[in-house]
Amino acid sequence: MSFPWAQKYEPQSPLMKWIDSRLPLPRLVFDAVGAGYPVPRNINIWYNFGVLAGVALMVQIITGVVLAMHYSAHVSTAFESIEHIMRDVNSGWLIRYLHMNGASFFFIVVYIHIFRGLYYGSYKAPREVVWMLGVVILLLMMATAFMGYVLPWGQMSFWGAQVITSLFSAIPLVGEPVRQWLVGGFAPDNATITRFFSLHYILPFVILGVVILKIWALHIPGSTNPTGVDVKGPQDTLPFHPYFTAKDFVSLCVYLFAFAAVSFFLPNSLGHPDNYIPANPLSTPAHIVPEWYLLPFYAILRAFTVDLFFIQAKLWGVIAMFASILLLLFLPWLDSSKVRSNAYRPLYRIFFWILVVDVLVLGYIGAMPAEEPYVRIGQLATMYYFAHFLIILPIVSAIEKPLPLPNSIAEAVLAKINKGMPAATQPGAIAQPAE
Amino acid sequence: MASVPGTSDSGEVRRRDFIYIATGAFGAVGVGAVAVPFINQMNPSADVRAMATTEVDISAIEEGMAIKTIWQSKPVFVKRLTAAEIAEANKVDLASLRDPETLADRTKPGKTEWLVTLGVCTHLGCVPLGAGQGESKGDFNGYFCPCHGSHYDTAGRIRKGPAPYNLVVPPYEFTSDTIVQIG
Repeated sequence: MSFPWAQKYEPQSPLMKWIDSRLPLPRLVFDAVGAGYPVPRNINIWYNFGVLAGVALMVQIITGVVLAMHYSAHVSTAFESIEHIMRDVNSGWLIRYLHMNGASFFFIVVYIHIFRGLYYGSYKAPREVVWMLGVVILLLMMATAFMGYVLPWGQMSFWGAQVITSLFSAIPLVGEPVRQWLVGGFAPDNATITRFFSLHYILPFVILGVVILKIWALHIPGSTNPTGVDVKGPQDTLPFHPYFTAKDFVSLCVYLFAFAAVSFFLPNSLGHPDNYIPANPLSTPAHIVPEWYLLPFYAILRAFTVDLFFIQAKLWGVIAMFASILLLLFLPWLDSSKVRSNAYRPLYRIFFWILVVDVLVLGYIGAMPAEEPYVRIGQLATMYYFAHFLIILPIVSAIEKPLPLPNSIAEAVLAKINKGMPAATQPGAIAQPAE
Repeated sequence: MASVPGTSDSGEVRRRDFIYIATGAFGAVGVGAVAVPFINQMNPSADVRAMATTEVDISAIEEGMAIKTIWQSKPVFVKRLTAAEIAEANKVDLASLRDPETLADRTKPGKTEWLVTLGVCTHLGCVPLGAGQGESKGDFNGYFCPCHGSHYDTAGRIRKGPAPYNLVVPPYEFTSDTIVQIG
């Protein structure tokens, strides 16, 4: 694990020596996130989002545990208990707004983190398992966020639960029994709210466990870096502490500033006003949409409107939606290019940015009503999403002629300093993702 | 396979293999048996399953009107069709339908004007519009699901959009001329 030149933990005081020989926890911290973990010296600001995601998870766990002290998981009291938190509980409004917006910020950070991984080829050997654990975390996050959104038992909560659990009824033969098993009744009701509360409470700790596995797997090869070339020696790395802890604190300050600004001044801007109406099983809101972070997948779900090859449109939509995420598990093998970083992949880089735009378009379509021209645009964007991973990426990685790579990280860093020019104008230097 | 522990040189199965496999199999069956109640507890409970029937008084429903009621915590539409709506439903070529059914298939004999369906879109379970006054009836003058754009005709049959089936007709019967018992 890690590189041979990593600093060794040497307890100084007799007390630390005593502890180290009995429970080497300080040693574990030193080796994992301290001076004992060498990191490529050229990682840029986009590499800070992993740490930010960890912070976002902790914010959700702490605010969530507190909210659970005041929440009541019953159809007759859930909505009132949310209002009780907002109006009566001391600082309850603040804690709930932090939890609500914390979920959105968690997804913002994680999506940036995912696209950073896509740009710099972080999914390639030897980091496939790191990437796949990330996909597992994304799925767990979506499940957790969905169940959390159901708990206030407003209109969007109820109809979100109805629509998402109905996805499972698309499964041939066993679909309807599976749906009833999931909601514990013929339609979402009290049994649904209590089980969702139980799972919403435990899943973040499952995520935490997978995060620890992911960090463990990451620390074997270490992080990628913007050049994508492997670390070759001590001149290529710096200790995590104090260099990158300090850098992470800078981005953390910016993150917390933005998080506080939205939580205090625009607390409902990312939510939907219909969820402040108590759930009514007899009336669907005119326009139901999931939370913004699920919109691209919702657009894929809705893109299928005709039956194809004896499979119903509804089942196609469900298959496509799950496939759009599970596809990412196969990414390390769909991309056969030996070059990791898109800074040296002039052709694939173009398609990377088209994919970014495509996902943004899907997100926009997901928020629009199911009518023309949105349906057709959504179908084209869905088609492109799958074509990107299944057709374009394998072909491009086979035919592309990458730019010459620097010999080492240190050489790339020094070339940048010596020429004193912006990296973007030099082929072979450290690339920024914005170029 | 002399190198496999527990196997003799001649390849015959020894007592230790049998004990090993029998223990593993017994353990697996035991774990499976314990898992059953933990999975089954999530199925609808007895009180939920007991909500079997609902009675509806239909005497106040005029032609062209519909009411919403609840059966097994799901909305049910009881609609009294107009002569024009019945004619429109009967005019449709069955071969052109995604889920071919005639209006007569979907109503009780002699009571063709009474269309009783679940108010649950067969796509993803939203409540379609069209039962309430002034709500959109969609392109086929029946029901319209706003969630993902499924259009149902005057007989509640799927005509356009992602839903795979017609609106479900629940089991029901007329206990008198003005009372419908659903379930």
